[in-house]
Amino acid sequence: MNAANLLAQIVVVALAVAAAPLFMAWVGQCRAWLANRRGPGLLQPYRVLRKLFHKDAVLATRASSLFRIAPYVQFGAMACAAAIIPLLGTDLPFATAADAIALVGLFAVARVFLALAAMDIGTAFGSLGARREMLVGFLAEPALLMVFFTASLIAHGTALPAMATAITGHPLAIYPSLAFAAVAFLMVLLAENARIPVDNPATHLELTMIHEAMVLEYSARHLALIEWSAALKLFNYCAIGFALFLPWGLPDRVGSGMLAALPVVALKFAAAGAGLALLETVSAKMRIFRAPEFLATAFLLAVLGLLVRLLLGS
Amino acid sequence: MVSSAARFSPLPGAVPAGLTDLEAGELRAFCERRRAEGASLMALWASDERDRVGGFRLHLAFLDDRGLQVARVALAESAPEYPDLSDLFPAAARMQRAASDLTGVRALGGDPRPWLRHAAWPADWFPLRRDAPAPAPREPQPEVYDFVAVAGDGVHEIPVGPVHAGIIEPGHFRFSVVGEKVLRLEERLGYTHKGIEKRFESLSLTEGARLAARVSGDSAAAYAWAYCMALESLCRVAPPPRALWLRALLVERERIANHLGDLGALGNDAGFAFGLAQFSRLKEQVLRANHAAFGARYPFDYIVPGGVARDLDEAQWQTLWTQLLPLQDEARRLRAIYDDHGGLQDRFTGCGRISPELAVRLGLVGLAARASGQTRDLRCDFPCAPYDRLAVNRITHLGGDVAARVAVRFDELFESLRLCRAILEHLPDGAVRAELPPAATDRPGCGAVEGWRGPVLVALEAGPDGRIRRCHPHDPSWQNWPALEYAVIGNIVPDFPLINKSFNLSYSGHDR
Repeated sequence: MNAANLLAQIVVVALAVAAAPLFMAWVGQCRAWLANRRGPGLLQPYRVLRKLFHKDAVLATRASSLFRIAPYVQFGAMACAAAIIPLLGTDLPFATAADAIALVGLFAVARVFLALAAMDIGTAFGSLGARREMLVGFLAEPALLMVFFTASLIAHGTALPAMATAITGHPLAIYPSLAFAAVAFLMVLLAENARIPVDNPATHLELTMIHEAMVLEYSARHLALIEWSAALKLFNYCAIGFALFLPWGLPDRVGSGMLAALPVVALKFAAAGAGLALLETVSAKMRIFRAPEFLATAFLLAVLGLLVRLLLGS
Repeated sequence: MVSSAARFSPLPGAVPAGLTDLEAGELRAFCERRRAEGASLMALWASDERDRVGGFRLHLAFLDDRGLQVARVALAESAPEYPDLSDLFPAAARMQRAASDLTGVRALGGDPRPWLRHAAWPADWFPLRRDAPAPAPREPQPEVYDFVAVAGDGVHEIPVGPVHAGIIEPGHFRFSVVGEKVLRLEERLGYTHKGIEKRFESLSLTEGARLAARVSGDSAAAYAWAYCMALESLCRVAPPPRALWLRALLVERERIANHLGDLGALGNDAGFAFGLAQFSRLKEQVLRANHAAFGARYPFDYIVPGGVARDLDEAQWQTLWTQLLPLQDEARRLRAIYDDHGGLQDRFTGCGRISPELAVRLGLVGLAARASGQTRDLRCDFPCAPYDRLAVNRITHLGGDVAARVAVRFDELFESLRLCRAILEHLPDGAVRAELPPAATDRPGCGAVEGWRGPVLVALEAGPDGRIRRCHPHDPSWQNWPALEYAVIGNIVPDFPLINKSFNLSYSGHDR
């Protein structure tokens, strides 16, 4: 690992952290356009973050230190994840430090901390949200692992850069198993990021919330970090999706190629954001007990992908 | 057995109404007969008569196939008590508690807990007694209220409100749940009690119309009309036909605006924000046209005693007329989207069901009742002018679930659009306001109007000098709030907001 590589890695993580709210805003903007509304503009999440960082934090009287550190743990986990995912190149030093399974573990750490923090203050909504989050999480994680296993069968390894290069290495190869995995991954992405149809990030109805119910008691900088890491999580998931299913345009070494890859990556995000907004606009939120069915379907599709790969070798 | 309806002496007015006086001792038997005859309890309130005929009076308004009947029960000053009626008419339970909070008239054997009185005023202070002293300044007290506790393995409570995460009115909901399943919901209302009934007593009869319109802002036209109807009954005067047609136009437009808003909000509560954006746009068009034609987006102060405040000119007529057909086309297209949307229908269907039998037992009224197989609609049952010329179509659905309440809203929306067209087409010429002769002080006047939520009742008594002696505005939400507690049983917690929105009951109108 030389200094240039390390610098490149730091720049990429900083870029991900900085651009995540922008991506969130882009999804919101597209949703507004699709509903014939004007939308608040692409800078809105940054304004919200600035506002939150300028406020004084209010803590529940019984809040323990767990409640206070959870936002930092979550933000840290998401920033680490951004380092592991090959966003702008497959040759970054951190990308090989941890593989896809560790990535799933990283997401799980963030989830567990947030759920514990939600239960820590002992409000009805906190435990309600934590309970529901775990219901979603315990079904989403295996499905995500199955998606990674399908890709790793093709790549003969569980590191994300290897998966990305395995597909770009054979530009004309068609992998039906990956098609199954891609649909499963999309469903996991929706569930894990509190998007419609599993959760509604824009709702004010406290009884229907999953993710929002857990963070109702947070304010100021803590809430800012949580919102920011939620944006970063969505950004990371999209980046994982690109690495697995659309890895074209990723340079394989650190250097000026990364700069050239920037517009390609931006284009991918723009398209993904618009697609996500379209998907959310045409769907309604499911009844919460449909979420297990939804995620079981995702798991089934991922397993099908795995079987297609294993049995048919395609 | 003589029918209990036979003893009512008729009251003048636009809606067929009767009045009878009872002794406290015969109240129970009378109510049992009324129930057997299929009458429903519309409202229950009490008044202080110690300065006039002595003692207190309990008033009960019933609705049956013949119209509205008011029974007055004399209660002794020494023991202002009467037997509990909530086993016969479940809707009476909270009205009895409210009457007890406001006047100290108690139902023996009824629920002793307060209803409208929170910690804000002492238990021995009754604001609607005529000799009630001005309330002394009081430090906020901690509130103790015995919610019914549900015992059992794994049962826990979720307290929601009165302050909610969204910008809505305050109300407290206490859920007892196992996992996500609701075992019991108990409501606690009264947070928006403003003392409107007390305020009426310091107003003149004509000023009262303005306050009545403000009891529940989303039903301003219905309340104002019901108040004016009651006052016109006291004065034995009928407004000119053109004024009545304009009043109906306003009430139908109010129905259109609220149904549009609710349909959007119902979509949004099921995560379908597209519906909210589109229906909000249509509602906004209606409100802007209201502003152009009637001077206010929510039509306050247009309906006045004796008629309406201003006539409609040609340009205003055009504004209202040109809006209707495009609105209908757009609403039709949106209905097709709602009906064809699998995810949305999955949320709506079977959710928050009130069976027709339960609707009858609880005395459900209005829109919610018509979604549970009931047909009662004042515009069809007792059509006052101009509804007698418009032949309003009855709308009813049998499902009793959220989907049925959505369907009733859509059907009523299109029916009201048709009515608005008919009203504008056949609007009679002439004056829009009649002079009011002095009001009778020896009898009450009643007005009842089918607002968008259900029948709005105003009972009015005049004092000697053209002032209001007692005015009781009754919101249909009184009947339907308890039904919501039944509708959520067995449903899951995250479906409650959707079920609640499908009723969309008034806090302000209920708490007064």
